[in-house]
Amino acid sequence: MKGLSLFLGCVVPNRYPGIEMATKLCLAKMDIDCVELKGASCCPAPGVFRSFDTSSWLALAARNIVLSEEMDRDILTICNGCFSTLADANRILKNDPVLREQTNGHLAKIGREFRGNIEVRHIIEYLHKEVGPDKVRSFIERPLNIRVAVHYGCHLLKPSRERELGSFERPEFFDELIECLGATSVDYPDKTECCGAGGGVRSAQREDSLRLAQHKLSRIKDANIDCIVNACPFCHMQLDAGQEEIRQRTGIIYNIPVLHYTQLLGLALGFSPDMLGINLNVIKDNKFIGKVENE
Amino acid sequence: MPETSSSDPELLNRLKAACKDTLKCMQCGVCSGSCPSGRHTALNIRRLVRKAARTTDVLKDEQLWMCTTCYNCQERCPRDIDIVDVVLTLRSMAVHEGIMLAEHTKVSELLLEYGHAVPIDEERRKQRVELGLEEMPLTVHKYPDDLKEVRSLLISCGFDSLLDNKGKRNAEKETI
Repeated sequence: MKGLSLFLGCVVPNRYPGIEMATKLCLAKMDIDCVELKGASCCPAPGVFRSFDTSSWLALAARNIVLSEEMDRDILTICNGCFSTLADANRILKNDPVLREQTNGHLAKIGREFRGNIEVRHIIEYLHKEVGPDKVRSFIERPLNIRVAVHYGCHLLKPSRERELGSFERPEFFDELIECLGATSVDYPDKTECCGAGGGVRSAQREDSLRLAQHKLSRIKDANIDCIVNACPFCHMQLDAGQEEIRQRTGIIYNIPVLHYTQLLGLALGFSPDMLGINLNVIKDNKFIGKVENE
Repeated sequence: MPETSSSDPELLNRLKAACKDTLKCMQCGVCSGSCPSGRHTALNIRRLVRKAARTTDVLKDEQLWMCTTCYNCQERCPRDIDIVDVVLTLRSMAVHEGIMLAEHTKVSELLLEYGHAVPIDEERRKQRVELGLEEMPLTVHKYPDDLKEVRSLLISCGFDSLLDNKGKRNAEKETI
C-alpha cells in the first residue's frame, strides 16, 4: 500500500485549524506515513463548483490528485466534501476516456497530466479498514468515558454504489471507531440525516440550511450526550457555528460541544484539548473539557 | 432572473437529452419522503424530477438550489434514477444560462482570487501560530506559483467567463 498525502481543503486550515493540528498529531502518534500535500487548492467544493461547471470542477480536482500522483502517494482527506469531489473525480477520470482527455488538455497547459494511479481515502474509512478499531485501541492513553452522538455526514457514505462502505441506512464503522476509544456511541433518531450545509445551501440559503441543522441538533440534544463527533469540517461548522446562528434567530440554546473525529481521537491519545484546538470552537463548554480531563 | 423561455427549442432538446432518465419516473414520491431538505424547505424533489426533461422553466426554479445533495432520494429511488446527478446537471445548465445565486457568484470569485472557496482570515492566522502550525497553510495560500496554476486552469476552462456571463445576462434583463 502507498503512503499518504494529507489534503487539507479550505475549511480545516482556514476556519478550524485545530482539526489540522489534531490530524497531524494523531497520524504522527500512530506512526502513519503521511506527508503534507503542498500547493493544493480547494478540492473544489462539490455542492457549489460541481453544480456550476463540470470541466473546471474536474480540472481543479485533477490537479490536486496529480500533485499526490507525482509523490506516488494516495490522498488522505479529512472532509466529506473533499472526499466526495476527489474520490468522484478520480473515478470519473479513470473510467471516462473522453473526460480524461479533455481534462488532460487543460492540465497540459500547466505541464501536468492525470495518470490515474492513486486512490483517494477518507480518514474514517482509512482508520477502520487499514488500521482497525483494535489497533486504534492499542494507542489509547486516556480512555474516554463519554456519550457521543456520531454524525456521519452524507458524502462519506453516499452515493453508496461508489463508496462501497456498506449500508448507508445503518452504517456502523464510524461508531466502532468511537467505541474503541472507550466512549459510547448513542443511537438517536435521524442519525444519518443531513446537517443541512451541503449542496451550496449553507452558503446561499442560510435560513433554510439552519432549519435542517436545528432539526438535527434538537434530535441530538434529546439523546443526552456529551458531544457530537463528525467526520467533516463543513458539518462541523454547521453544527458548531450553526448553534450560535440559531440562538441569534430563535433564542434556542443547545450548547453542545462539537468535535471532529481527529480531535476526539487526539483526546484519547493523550493530547490536551488546547493542543487539539477544541477551545477554538464557537461553542465552548468547560464542563465537557473538565469531564474528559478528570476521567 | 433572466428569461429562459420554453420556446427555446435548442435548450429544451439539450435538457431532454441530459435528463432523459427522469422519464422513467412513476411519481411514487419515495424521493420526497426521503428528502431532509423537503421536511424543512420548499423543495419538492418529486416535482423537480417531473419537470426536468419537460420544460426549460425548471432551470429558473429556486428549489433547484435547496437540495443539499445528501443522496437519500437517489439511494432509495425504485426506478434507479440518479436524481442528484440530475439536480447537478440542471444547476450547471442554469449557470451556463446565466442563472447563479449572488452568494454563489461570490464564492466563485473567491476561488478565482485565492484558489480557496473559504480563504484564510486574520483571526485564523493567529490561531494557527498559537497551535504551532505555520501561519499560512501549505496550500495555494503559501505558494504563489501553485495559485497561478489554479487560475490558469480555471481560465482555460472558461470558469471566469461564467461569472462574466452572469453579469451580461443580468444587464440584458435590466434593459428589457
